[in-house]
Amino acid sequence: MKQLLSFVKKEFLQVLRDPKTLLMLFGLPVVQIVLFGFALTNELKNANIVVVDNAKDYASEQIINKIEGSKFFSVKKTLLTPSQINNAFKEGTIKLAVVFPANFYTDLLHLGTAPVQVIADASDPNTAVQLSGYITTIVADYQADLSKGSSVPYSIIPQVRMLYNPDLKGAPNFVPGVMAMVLLLVCVMMTSVSIVREKELGTMEILLVSPVKPLMVIVAKAIPYLILSLVNLAAILLLSVYALDLPIKGSLFLLVAESTLLIITALSLGLLISTITSSQQSAMFASMLGMMLPTMLLSGYMFPIENMPIVLQVISNIVPAKWYYIIVKAVMLKGLGFSYVWKETVILMGMTIFFLVIALRNFKIRLE
Amino acid sequence: MSEEVVIKTNKLTKRFGDFVAVDEITFDVHKGEIFGFLGANGAGKTTAMRMLCGLSTPTSGEATVAGFDVFKEPEEIKKNIGYMSQKFSLYEDLSVLENIEFYGGIYGLTNKEIKEKSTELTEKLGLQNEAKKLVRSLPLGWKQKLSFLVAIVHQPKIVFLDEPTGGVDPYMRREFWDLIYDAADKGITIFVTTHYLDEAEYCNRVTIMVDGKIEALDSPGGLREKFGVATIDEVFYKLAREAKRSAD
Amino acid sequence: MRPLFFLLQKEFRQIFRDKGFIGRLFIAPAIQLILLPLAANYTIKNINIAIVDHDHSEVSAKLTQKILSSGYFKLAGFTDFNSKGEKLIETDKADIVLEIPEGFDKNLIKEGNQTMAIEVNAINGVKASVGYAYLNGIIMEYNQDIRLEWNDPNNPGQLPTIPVISSFWYNPALTYYIFMVPAILVSLVTGIAGLSAAFNIVKEKEIGTIEQINVTPIKKYQFILGKLLPFVVMGAVVFTFGMLIALVGYRIVPVGNIFLLYLFLLVFLFAILGFGLLVSTYAETQQQANSLMFLFMMVFNMMSGLYTPIDSMPVWAKFITHLFPVSYFIDVMRMVVIKGSGIGDVRMHILYVFTIGLVLNTWAILNYRKTT
Repeated sequence: MKQLLSFVKKEFLQVLRDPKTLLMLFGLPVVQIVLFGFALTNELKNANIVVVDNAKDYASEQIINKIEGSKFFSVKKTLLTPSQINNAFKEGTIKLAVVFPANFYTDLLHLGTAPVQVIADASDPNTAVQLSGYITTIVADYQADLSKGSSVPYSIIPQVRMLYNPDLKGAPNFVPGVMAMVLLLVCVMMTSVSIVREKELGTMEILLVSPVKPLMVIVAKAIPYLILSLVNLAAILLLSVYALDLPIKGSLFLLVAESTLLIITALSLGLLISTITSSQQSAMFASMLGMMLPTMLLSGYMFPIENMPIVLQVISNIVPAKWYYIIVKAVMLKGLGFSYVWKETVILMGMTIFFLVIALRNFKIRLE
Repeated sequence: MSEEVVIKTNKLTKRFGDFVAVDEITFDVHKGEIFGFLGANGAGKTTAMRMLCGLSTPTSGEATVAGFDVFKEPEEIKKNIGYMSQKFSLYEDLSVLENIEFYGGIYGLTNKEIKEKSTELTEKLGLQNEAKKLVRSLPLGWKQKLSFLVAIVHQPKIVFLDEPTGGVDPYMRREFWDLIYDAADKGITIFVTTHYLDEAEYCNRVTIMVDGKIEALDSPGGLREKFGVATIDEVFYKLAREAKRSAD
Repeated sequence: MRPLFFLLQKEFRQIFRDKGFIGRLFIAPAIQLILLPLAANYTIKNINIAIVDHDHSEVSAKLTQKILSSGYFKLAGFTDFNSKGEKLIETDKADIVLEIPEGFDKNLIKEGNQTMAIEVNAINGVKASVGYAYLNGIIMEYNQDIRLEWNDPNNPGQLPTIPVISSFWYNPALTYYIFMVPAILVSLVTGIAGLSAAFNIVKEKEIGTIEQINVTPIKKYQFILGKLLPFVVMGAVVFTFGMLIALVGYRIVPVGNIFLLYLFLLVFLFAILGFGLLVSTYAETQQQANSLMFLFMMVFNMMSGLYTPIDSMPVWAKFITHLFPVSYFIDVMRMVVIKGSGIGDVRMHILYVFTIGLVLNTWAILNYRKTT
């Protein structure tokens, strides 16, 4: 025990003495949370659009007023030809143009119908669809206003409840993802690099020649990162609750327990990587390729898994972060209990054991 | 050894904050001389050399190297000197010939001169068969010798060697010093630092640095006489007892 | 100039000898260019809806039909029990639950209006609002259908209609690939060129060969050019390779002028390599360089407009983004490739990135000292 403690102390000192790396370790979660919490969002507002009003009549002006009043749009009224609209799109100054035909209100009254044209820059398809959707809703609103005089029978009135995130904030979606990313990053990359560095410098041999058991060397390497990760986890949770207004609905104990499980999974993966790489560069590279990239792509927090081709969806099943993400969403955001996440927990445990077994086997082989 | 002075220093000092690494050293080095800088690790030898090479700006004092002032004309100095660092500084992932070509080119040799030098160096070291192999594959002793020859590929006036014989057996060290004598005969001044005290005997003159100061400066024979002892080791021991610093 | 030539010769020899070089330059980018766009597909589709039907009438059946045939929704469950619906949302099997109350059909006629409960899993805010928007749209349409069907023929009060006709220019198929692939390519070039440059210099520092160079008469600018030029070439190679993959794999043909893209690429590399150089003057070991570059690359990537629009960012974030060259290049790529923008449209982008490059390189050169 005493040996282990002196080991752990050495590891801690080495980690704490490299400020530039520490900067990354602790800066990472903070930066991600700040960015996602306050800067990155898909919400559209104040989109620059142009209204080409060829009618300049009562109806068109009413509709334009509504559009101007909407938070989604920042409106400029000019008369542009289609080729001028094309140029404006190419300059990147506007995203959309709403065009009213010359006899808008007259046609509406006498023919009972008059179209409004929406031309959208569909470089970013989602933005284009959403923005034109908003215009459509505004026009439909106006259409309903016009019909207010007559009684409108047979109205279906939907009553919607937005569950778990009534304000439609971005935070609930990504905070669990940030947790997965940060825990995985610290544990996998730093552990593997730290072990490999000792190999590179030759100090690993010295350790192995000492009376300390090899298993203890490994455990001692892992413990500082385990503790650092828990500190990081606490920081993320505190930031989410107090800075992002995202409360922890479920059991804190369960959340921390599952997180510790993920940490151990990550440490095992880091250990595994350290047994198959021989230089720091390749350890970093392998961590990136084997852990970072799949976590970012396939865990579901940045990109929706259900949109991906089947192949990728299948592959996502072997990414630990995917299962952790589901667990955290269930426990932290929905307030559900263990009975809902036992399956995912078992899967994570299985992965951990798998990594550990292979890593330890590799480690023993190297010693002989 | 001629009377022409190629390195001249006067109260040259380097301070890092409160720490005085090199304390007002004053000495001359003559053309063609093999001038040794001895001392324990941390005595200030490497720092002194770096100032003379233009790698480090002195805090105070004066020094000229090859006629150029170290404060005002460090880049001119670099044109006239060669340097071999402790880590040998050949590119391990380049071949013997490629290293020669690179350093030759950097120092302004023409293509013809580079070709000549390549043949000359590889023959001198007997490396003709290894010429195209990566330096990584050479044994340590050969790397050292090659480093030295590459350092003087441009026939500089002075060559600075920083602990050049580390980690190599005495036989190899002897061979290395043969190369140094060769160069000195051709008129190249050799400025070498070392903590191998037996190498002092190979030098024309030797200084012993202790705690940043020059405590002794003379030929090896002169030192032994002055201190009344039989080996340089004992000279050093007498001086080093007073030493306060010990680590590099 | 001769020293520069020898420097470049040495650099290229070293690069080609590095075993990982082919992997880093070609294989890793290829994998990323192929995988990332497949994953980064933000189109909202296949929304799982569970319908709890207490009414079992013709109306509820028709509504269900309409919803499922719209193409936006997949049926996650069809049940009588509210609790089943709840469970489906809790277990993420359904994104939306629609509840049709008992007697919906009859009461709609009798009382003239009826409410319907809709529950949406709003953890993913965008998905929730888009999904709800689609559902609402379908319900409104169905409502209109019912009115027209049941309307009293003696009261022909035609409700005025204003159809909205939307045209989607430049990308009528509304695919995400054309939007993402050029941007991902930028991100790749940034990473590879920037990281490689930073590591290369720090490695020389670690090994000690940099001291040997400091002692030679090589001028600072020659040394720096000798270090940067190979990476300009590297960047151009990766970029070209990426454009080929975009062409062959995703059928993306730039509408605008390719030379304009290469011009911008040069200015961009000038800036990004300056950044790598700058980082290398501050880092002493490869691990430090790695940590620093990693942090910066991550921030660059996330704030570059690659995944989320810059227009949606708060002012302070927009300001920071505009200090990085990456967002400009992504913008230019998207503009030139998708819309065919010309040099006049991007002249400010070029100016800004060039200025950034000037600042970074100057800072780095000032920082790099041959004599300390």
